[in-house]
Amino acid sequence: MTDSAHMVLMVATVLFGLGLIGVLTRKNVVFMLISVEIMLNAAGLAFVAAGSKWQQPDGQVMFLFILAMAAAEVSVGLALVLQIYHQHKTMDVEDLKELRD
Amino acid sequence: MILVLMIGILLLGGIACWLVAQRSAMAARYVALIAVIMAFVIPLGWFIQNKPAITGANKWLVQYQANWIPAFGISFHLAMDGLSFLLIQLTFLLGVLAVLCSWNEIRERSGFYFFNLLWTLAGIAGVFVAMDLFLFYFFWEVMLVPMYFLIAIWGDFNRRYAAYKFFIFTQTGGLLMLLAILALYFIHGQQTGNYTFDYFALLNTTLGGATGRWIMLGFLIAFVIKLPMVPLHNWLPDAHSEAPTAGSLILAGLLLKTGAYGILRFVLPLFPQASAAIAWWAMLLGVVGIVYGALLAFAQTDLKRLIAYTSVSHMGFVLLGAFAFNEIALQGVVMQLLTHGVSTGALFVMAGMLKERLHTRDINQMGGLWTAMPQMGGLALVFVMASLGLPLLGNFIAEFLILMGSFPVNPVLTVIASVGLVLAALYSLRIAQKVFMGQLQVVSERPADLSAREWIIMACLTAAIICLGLYPQPVFDLVKGAFFVTGYQLPVAGVSN
Amino acid sequence: MNQLLAYIPAFPLIGFLILSLFGRKLPKPVIATIGAGTVCIAAIITIVLGVSFLQTPPAGGAFHQLLWSWFKVGKLSIDISLQVDALTLVFIFIITFVGALIHIYSTFFMWHDGDYARFFASMNLFVCAMLLLVMADNLVLLYLGWEGVGLCSYLLIGFWYEVPSNCRAANKAFLITRIGDTALLIGLFLLFRELGTLNIQGILQQAPAHFTTGSANIVLITILLMIGGMGKSAQMPLQTWLPDAMAGPSPVSALIHAATMVTAGVYLIARMHGLFQLSPVTMTIVAIIGACTLLVAGCSALAQTDIKRILAYSTISQIGYMFLALGVGAWSAAIFHFFTHAFFKALLFLAAGVVIEALHHEHNIFMMGGLRKRMPIVFVTFLAGAAALSALPLVSAGFFSKDAILWYSWSAANGNVFLWLMALAGAFITALYSTRLMLVVFWGEPKTPVHEAPAQGMIIPLIVLAFFSVTAGFIEWPHNMMHLTLFSDHVQKVLPETIMKAYLPSEWFFQAIAALVTGAGIYLGYTMYYGKAGVRWQQSPGLASTREFLFSGWKFDQLYNFIFVKPFLFLTRINKSDVIDRMYNGIAQGSLRLSNWFSVSQNGSLRLYIVGVLAGILFIITLQLLL
Repeated sequence: MTDSAHMVLMVATVLFGLGLIGVLTRKNVVFMLISVEIMLNAAGLAFVAAGSKWQQPDGQVMFLFILAMAAAEVSVGLALVLQIYHQHKTMDVEDLKELRD
Repeated sequence: MILVLMIGILLLGGIACWLVAQRSAMAARYVALIAVIMAFVIPLGWFIQNKPAITGANKWLVQYQANWIPAFGISFHLAMDGLSFLLIQLTFLLGVLAVLCSWNEIRERSGFYFFNLLWTLAGIAGVFVAMDLFLFYFFWEVMLVPMYFLIAIWGDFNRRYAAYKFFIFTQTGGLLMLLAILALYFIHGQQTGNYTFDYFALLNTTLGGATGRWIMLGFLIAFVIKLPMVPLHNWLPDAHSEAPTAGSLILAGLLLKTGAYGILRFVLPLFPQASAAIAWWAMLLGVVGIVYGALLAFAQTDLKRLIAYTSVSHMGFVLLGAFAFNEIALQGVVMQLLTHGVSTGALFVMAGMLKERLHTRDINQMGGLWTAMPQMGGLALVFVMASLGLPLLGNFIAEFLILMGSFPVNPVLTVIASVGLVLAALYSLRIAQKVFMGQLQVVSERPADLSAREWIIMACLTAAIICLGLYPQPVFDLVKGAFFVTGYQLPVAGVSN
Repeated sequence: MNQLLAYIPAFPLIGFLILSLFGRKLPKPVIATIGAGTVCIAAIITIVLGVSFLQTPPAGGAFHQLLWSWFKVGKLSIDISLQVDALTLVFIFIITFVGALIHIYSTFFMWHDGDYARFFASMNLFVCAMLLLVMADNLVLLYLGWEGVGLCSYLLIGFWYEVPSNCRAANKAFLITRIGDTALLIGLFLLFRELGTLNIQGILQQAPAHFTTGSANIVLITILLMIGGMGKSAQMPLQTWLPDAMAGPSPVSALIHAATMVTAGVYLIARMHGLFQLSPVTMTIVAIIGACTLLVAGCSALAQTDIKRILAYSTISQIGYMFLALGVGAWSAAIFHFFTHAFFKALLFLAAGVVIEALHHEHNIFMMGGLRKRMPIVFVTFLAGAAALSALPLVSAGFFSKDAILWYSWSAANGNVFLWLMALAGAFITALYSTRLMLVVFWGEPKTPVHEAPAQGMIIPLIVLAFFSVTAGFIEWPHNMMHLTLFSDHVQKVLPETIMKAYLPSEWFFQAIAALVTGAGIYLGYTMYYGKAGVRWQQSPGLASTREFLFSGWKFDQLYNFIFVKPFLFLTRINKSDVIDRMYNGIAQGSLRLSNWFSVSQNGSLRLYIVGVLAGILFIITLQLLL
C-alpha cells in the first residue's frame, strides 16, 4: 500500500509539474486553462491517494469538492475566454496586457 | 436634551434639504436657513431663560447621557459649559451667515450642498459638546467628510488638489488622535478595571512620564494640524482659497477653532504634566507661526490666500496663549477664538463678494473699489483694522490678553510675538491699499455695492466684533465658570515631570 | 461736573456715527453742521468744565467718571473711565477749541470735495479718539485712543486715496507709528508684571516704592514708553513719516499733524512723569533725542520747497523742543510750548491751506511770491504765526514758551551747556527758515495768479488763531520779567516743579542771547532771501549736494529703505510660495515615485505573475525547511 501511495503521489507530482510547465510556456489562453485543469487534477489525485493511505473518506470528499470547483472555474474561465476572443480577436496572453499599470 | 435637539435638527435638516431640493432649490435654501436659525436660537433661548441659575459654581450648564455601546464603555454623552456655549453660539451665528452667503453663489446641486453644510455644522457643534472621547472622534470625522465634499465639488479651479490636501492632513491627525484615545482607554482600563471612553472618568487617569507624553502628542498633533501650527499649516491656504465662500467662512471661523478647543478641553486637563514639559516648544512654535504666517500673508497676491495666511498668524497667538497656563492668557485665547472667527470670517465673506463681482481673487487686478463700493469699503476697513488688532474691536482684547498673560511666563517670545503686531499692520494695510484704494481699475461694469442680504451678513459681523471689543466681560464670566473652578487642573508653567 | 466728562468725547463720537452711517444721504450743510457742531459743543462743555475746575478745584485734583467696567480678568481690571486733571484740561482745551476752529475752517475748505461726509466722519472720530487718549485714567484706554488717532491719521492722510502716493504716505505713517505703539504695548506688559495695575494714578503712586531709581526694569519701561512717544511724535529716528503725512488735506495737517496727535508722545511722557523721574538715564536720552531732532528737522526745513513740508519739518523740530524740555525735567515748560505751538502751527497750516487753495493747489513756495498785497489778511495772520514760530521776543506766544525751554535746558539740574547750545542753534535755524518762508511766499514777484479769494468762514478761524498766537504767551512770564505764572501754577498741580542747578547766572543774560540769535536768524534770512537773492540761493550749484541731502530729510528714508524695506520685500518675495510647502510636495512626489517603481512589476504579463507566485511559494517552503 505504501508503495502504491508513493507511486500515485509521484504521478500526481509529475502531473502537477506538467500542468505548471504548460501554464508557463503556453501562450494560448485555452491551453493555459487546460493546464490549470491538469494541475487541479494532480491535486485531486494526491487527495485520493492520501485518503486511501489513511483509510479516510476525507480524500474523496475533497476530490468531489475539487471536481465541482473545477467545473465552475472552467465555465467562468471559458466564458471569459470567449469574451476576450470577441473583443480582442486573439488568444495570446502576451497581447492581453490591459491590466498593466 | 437641548444639545441632542440642536444637533438633531441640523442632521435632519440636512437630509430634508437634500430631499426637498429635488423639487425646488429655493425651498432647500429656506429649509437650511430655518434649521440653522433654530439651532442658533435653541441654546440661546435656553441660556437666557436659565441665566440666573448659572453661577461660577456649577460648571456644567447642561448634560445629556445615554448608553450607546455599553460593551465598550461608549456612551452618548454631551455636556455644555461656558466655553462650549460660546463656541456653539459662534458656530451657529457663522452657520446662519454661511447659508446666507451661499444663497446665490451655489447654483448646482444645492440640495447636496446644504446637506453637507448642515452636517459639517452638526459635526462642529458635536465636537464642542461631546464628552465621550469615542463620540468626540465620531463628530470629528463627521465634520471632516462633508467639508471635503464642499471643497471638492463646489470649490474653485484647483479644488481637487486642495480637497485632497485638506483631507490627508486632517485625517493623519485624526488617526493619531484615534490611537491616542485608544491608548488612553486601555491604560485607564488597566488601572481601574473600568473600560470607558468617558471624559470625566479619563480625567483621573494617572500617566507616567514617557507614556503620557506620547499620548499627549497624539492628541496635540491632531489639534495643531487643525489649528494650524507652522509647519503643519500647509493644507490651510489651499483649502481656504479654493473653498466656496461659505466653506472658507466655516473653515476659518469654526474648523480652526475645533483644534484650539481640543487643546483647551483635552490636552491641558488630561495631560497637565506632559503639557508643561513641552510648553516652551509649543509657545515657540506659536511665535514662529505668528511671524511666519504674517510674512507669507504679506507676499500673497491672491486675496483669499492672503487672508488664509493671516489665520496662520492669528492662530499662533492661540498656541502661545494656551501654553502660558494662566488665566489672563487663556481668557485671551478664548476671546481670540471668537474674534478671529468673526473677523476673518468677515474678510472671507468680503473676498467672496468681490469674487462674485470681479471674477478674480488677484489683488493686483483690483483697486479703487472704495469709489465704486463705499459701504463695502467702510465695512472692509473695520475688519482690516480688526485683523491688525485695533483697540475698540474684539481682536485687540484677545491679543492684548494673550500677550499680557504670556509675558511673565516668557518675555522674549512675547516680545517677538508683539513684533507680529507690526507685521499684522503691514499685511492688513496691504489689503486695504490694494483692494479699496488707488484708482478704480477699468472694468466692463462698475461693481455694485452691497445688497440687502449682504448688508445683513456684514452688519451682524460688525456688530459682533464691536460688541466683543467694547464689552467683553460676559464672555470672560462664562469662560471663568468653565475653566477656573474646581475640576480643571491647569498645568503649572515651568514644572515638568 | 463729573457727569459732564463723558459728553466731551461723546459728541464727536455721535457725529462720527451719524456721518459714517447716513453721511452719503445727507445734504452738505447738514453734514457741515453735524461735523463742526459736535466739536463746538464739546469745546463749550470743555470750557464749562474748565471754568468749574479753576473756580472750585475738585477733590484730589481731578474729575473722575466711571462709564463701565471694560474687562476684568484675573488681577487685570480695566475700566472705561475718564479722568480730567490740570494736565488733561490743557490738552482737552486745545483739542476741542483748536479742533472746533479747524472744523469750522474745514466746512468751507472741503466744500467742493465729493467725500464731504467721510472727511467729517474721520475728523470727528479723530477728535473723539484724541480726547479718550488724554482723558483715559488707565493705560489700556489710553492705548485705545492712541491707536484710534493713528487710525484716523491713516484715514485722513489717505483721504484722497485715488492717488497711490497718498496711500503710501498713509501706510508709512501707520506703520512707523505702529512700531512705537508696539514698544508702548510691551512697556505696558512690563508695567503690569511689575506693579499689577495699569491705572495711571495707581502706577504713579506705587512706582517710587516699587522701583529703585535707575534699576533695570524702570529704565526698560521708560525707554519703551519713550519709543512709543517717539513714534507718535515723530522724533528721531521714527520721524520720517510726518513730512509724507502732508499728503492729507491741510486742515488735517493742522489738527492732527501739528496741534494734537503728534504731541501725544509729549503727553504720554508728561503723564508718566513719575516713572521717568525714577530713571535719569531715560530722561537724558529723551533730552538728547529732542535736541538732535530739533536740529536735524530744522535743517531739513531749510531746504524744502513745499510749503507744507517746511511746516511739517518745523513741527518735528518744535516737538523736539518739547522733548528736550521733558528730558531736562522742565515739565510745565514742555506743556506750555505744546499749548502755544498748537495755536501758531495750526494757524500756519490753515493759512498755508488758504494759499495753496488760492493758487490752484500750488505747493512750491518758489512758485508763489508777492501774496502780501493780494491776500492781506492771510499775510497778517501768517506773519503772526511765523513770528510765534521764530519766537520773536515779547510780541509772540512762541517766545514765552521757547524762552522757557532754552532757559531750562541750561539751568535745570539735568540741563547742560550742550543741550542749551543745540537748542540755541535750533532757534537760529527756526528763525532762518521762518523768514525764508515769509519772504519767498509773501514778498517778491507774483508768479502764480490768485484765482479766488478765501471764504469768510476760513478767515475767521485764522484771525482767532492769530490772536492767540500773539497773546497765549502772556499768561506765563519769565520769572525775571514779571511774576505772572498762571500756566505753570495750573499745570504744576499735576506735574512736579523743575529742579534747578544750585548756582546760576542771570536769566537776563540768556534771554538776551536768545533774542540776539533769533534776530540774527531773521537778519540772515533777510539777506539771503529778500528780492531775487532767494532764487540764487535755491539754485547755487555749490550747495546742490547739501541741499539735496537736507531736502531728503538727511537721507533717513533711503537708509531705512536699504536696511529694512528692501530685505523685507526680498524675504517675502522669495518665500511667496512657502518653503514648507515644498517639503510636503516632496513627500507627495516621493510616494508617487515609489509607486512608479513598484508598478513596474504590474506589467500585465500573466506568465510573469505566475512565476512570481511560484517564486513566492518556493521561498516560503525553503524558509520553512531551513528554520
